[in-house]
Amino acid sequence: MKIHEYQAKELFRKYNIPVPEGSVAFTPDEAAASAEKLGGYPVVVKAQIHAGGRGKGGGVKLAKSVDEVKKVASEIIGMTLVTRQTGPEGRLVGKVLVEQMVKIKREFYLSIVPDRATAKIVIMASQAGGMDIEEVAEETPEKIIKVFVDPLAGIQAYHCRELSFGLNLTSASGKKLITMVKNLYRLFIDYDCSLVEINPLGVTEDFAVIAFDAKVDIDSNAIYKHKDIQEYRDFGEEDPLELEASKFNLNYINLDGNIGNVVNGAGLAMATMDIIKQAGAEPANFLDVGGGATSEMVENAFRIILMDKKVKGILVNIFGGILRCDVFAQGVVQAAEKTDIDIPVVVRMEGTNVEEGRKILADSGLKLETAIDLKDAAKKIATLAA
Amino acid sequence: MSIFVNKDTRLLVQGITGKEGEFHTLQCDAYGTNVVGGVTPGKAGQKVGDIPVFNTVSSAVKKTGANASMIFVPPAFAADAIMEAVDSEIEVIVCITEGVPVLDMMRVKNYLKGKKSRLIGPNCPGIITPGECKIGIMPAPIHKPGGPIGVISRSGTLTYEVVDQLTKKDIGQTTCIGIGGDPVNGTNFIDVMDAFQKDPETKGIVMVGEIGGTAEEEAAVFIKNNVTKPVIGFIAGLTAPPGRRMGHAGAIISGSSGTGQGKIAAMRENGIHVCENLGTLGELCVEVF
Repeated sequence: MKIHEYQAKELFRKYNIPVPEGSVAFTPDEAAASAEKLGGYPVVVKAQIHAGGRGKGGGVKLAKSVDEVKKVASEIIGMTLVTRQTGPEGRLVGKVLVEQMVKIKREFYLSIVPDRATAKIVIMASQAGGMDIEEVAEETPEKIIKVFVDPLAGIQAYHCRELSFGLNLTSASGKKLITMVKNLYRLFIDYDCSLVEINPLGVTEDFAVIAFDAKVDIDSNAIYKHKDIQEYRDFGEEDPLELEASKFNLNYINLDGNIGNVVNGAGLAMATMDIIKQAGAEPANFLDVGGGATSEMVENAFRIILMDKKVKGILVNIFGGILRCDVFAQGVVQAAEKTDIDIPVVVRMEGTNVEEGRKILADSGLKLETAIDLKDAAKKIATLAA
Repeated sequence: MSIFVNKDTRLLVQGITGKEGEFHTLQCDAYGTNVVGGVTPGKAGQKVGDIPVFNTVSSAVKKTGANASMIFVPPAFAADAIMEAVDSEIEVIVCITEGVPVLDMMRVKNYLKGKKSRLIGPNCPGIITPGECKIGIMPAPIHKPGGPIGVISRSGTLTYEVVDQLTKKDIGQTTCIGIGGDPVNGTNFIDVMDAFQKDPETKGIVMVGEIGGTAEEEAAVFIKNNVTKPVIGFIAGLTAPPGRRMGHAGAIISGSSGTGQGKIAAMRENGIHVCENLGTLGELCVEVF
């Protein structure tokens, strides 16, 4: 789960990680009030959306007076910000972070991520601060320092020494960096993070080490442990259909194509999307109804896909395992009773209780095309798409 | 022959009294798996069917001689359940549970080092040696005993699809394993490839991967250097958009690593027969095996 920069900085303050003074504002007047509290200009006004690259897109601006804060904030709040991470449709900005402007002498990059290959926690740092780390990794990988921490043993002093010497820090700022890294590691573990990133991390004239930006992603599987993080969820940042699907525990992702699909199991769902594409059409979604799906969940899955007006046809691909085909078929019939299914539906069903499931669909009087196997399903979808 | 589990496997079920745990325990038992006991803390003395329930893994192992375990506990307790089984030196631990936090699994993965146990999963359908032993949630009737093909996959239902196509072409299976869709799991492609290579009855292998991580690429290199049996590979998720998590926590493409195209190229370079269209997998198997 993603959270906003201002929320990440709240967590940083809790862990004594230095950040610039500032607060969030939802209107230009609030922004002005936030700026006045900081006791000096210029201040920085930063758009708060769940995507990076905000500066280049015009979502981060300096303001030298209270009037300028109002003007800049009114430009940013309500704008559709397009960055390399938002896609061409951009993201509507609903709030800004107003922060004290601090002069930086040197900029660094610092992050902590879990490494799936080694099952270790990796701390990465680089002197190329403020740059896109993926570019740095591609062009000058030698500039990135990586240390691997065993999660059972935790972070050790030598890990920190490697970082501070590697970054060529003076002993004054080196010590501060070590404290920051230790605190950041603690935050990472306590909150089950999947990413903590500071870019840039700034060292000031008087050797203070400050997190100018803050990015924190939390492992969705661990959200249940963290009540305060649950309150950070920003529904405005989520796709409306995905939000609706999440209410029914459906694993749904909205895509750009025209063929909807209802599948059980994530792997089979991905393979089904590929089949749609190979048949010459484009998948309109990813949807895994899950192993423990009830007929109500199936009904809602259909309803949500039908809400997407791009969808011209639906491919159903069910391999009954834990999810029984008769339960699934019941859900399809329920959906048809409540919502008008006015587009073609191709059904391919196999596995547990498949005969009962097919009978329910046949007896329902619904106009469904059945496919005998995946090859057949692909052929029928290709005809639909043509 | 087969790998990891067979007719001599003695199975314990952790979380046996839950709804899913009970249902699948009885399914495995009915298939012929030797289910010797179950564990639910506080429920010792109860029975599921005629299977005795114990409070702890250690007491269950002492009484029953179990050497394998199937875990159905909720995600918050999965790491604890796995480590409990490891400490009782259970040889094969199959964790079905979906949604285990990544940091929990990282601790488990490091804890497993140097121990006698093999972990399969989490977030997996389990393992089956058709006709002998089923540990997991897969539908039994789609399998065909006797080999000669081994199946390994990161997915559940996609594995069923593959097995079903094999069986419909009259090709049987030695052992089918779902290693799970999470970013950090116990047994990986390489471990299983190595075991299939050493199993005399397995004559060919189908490997089903998906986007995310680099496990398929690493397995491809291992296969080139160590596996003499023919391997067919399939990758799901070629159409997935970068940066989005496709259901499985592990299925996310970040930057240029983890793409389906990269995995397919790596498989081709290392002599694996690539199946590009899932609908034709069965036919390709007839051709190659």
